[in-house]
Amino acid sequence: MDDIDRNIINSLQTGFPICDAPYWQVAQSLGISESELLARLQALLANGTLTRFGPLYNAEQTGGAITLAAVKAPAARFDEIAEMINACPEVAHNYARDHAFNIWFVLATETQGQLDKALQAIADRTGLKVYNLPKLKEYFVNLQLEA
Amino acid sequence: MDDTDRRIMHATQAGLPLVSEPYQVLAEQLGIGKDEVMQRLAAMQKNGIIRRIAAVPNHYRLGYRFNGMTVWDVADEPIDALGFKVGQLPFVSHCYRRPRHLPEWPYNLFAMVHAKTQAEADAQIRRIAEVLAENNRGCDVLYSTKILKKTGFRSG
Repeated sequence: MDDIDRNIINSLQTGFPICDAPYWQVAQSLGISESELLARLQALLANGTLTRFGPLYNAEQTGGAITLAAVKAPAARFDEIAEMINACPEVAHNYARDHAFNIWFVLATETQGQLDKALQAIADRTGLKVYNLPKLKEYFVNLQLEA
Repeated sequence: MDDTDRRIMHATQAGLPLVSEPYQVLAEQLGIGKDEVMQRLAAMQKNGIIRRIAAVPNHYRLGYRFNGMTVWDVADEPIDALGFKVGQLPFVSHCYRRPRHLPEWPYNLFAMVHAKTQAEADAQIRRIAEVLAENNRGCDVLYSTKILKKTGFRSG
């Protein structure tokens, strides 16, 4: 990752134009060619520096249901439990955290009923209590990390 | 949000096409005009269905090794005012109120912080504690140690 990559990452985290040739427009502002921007963006996505590039949808506003949930997996069963949770298509992200509550995952579905069912299925499959921690109020959301 | 908006959402769930005219390519996929795609994306962005069109970095790959979910037990009454204040701190990426699960989980305010060093993370946590002051009845920090799964779906 060089300075041009860093400029691309910093610029594209803030937003992206909606116009006929948006990559060209961004490339102009960064002082590189459109083809270089596209090639570098492709590489940053391929090597995992960027996990995604595109519209970030607000799940509540799209009518879907979403929640954060956690379990306390016994150390000896950690991998097995993580795999069971990952196997659910409703699980969008899943993180290990260094705490008694050691597996934290986000579930997203189209309806609340599907969400409740998925949570119950995880509880049944793992035999663990699933702590459901839905967002009650959003105070701020804007993930931007300077590269 | 109507059916066409939903089709645009599904078509862009994995990301925006990496081609010179991405909205034209989307339009061809969906069988609608490019101008309509652009208008609808702009409208969804304006009314908050789309937070923004943007790149999402892998924290670790940018050197942010300390990604802490800071959790706080704050009295219900002042939590909204305090939550907004904590959310305004420049290093907080997400700030939410969530339910407690007593007695095991007393925390109702969640703020995500990202730092390159432990010292930087500690300073961020101290800063949040200062904002909460006497309303901080207890806190914990859960650092992520591994991404177990991450799909294309992004809400943040």
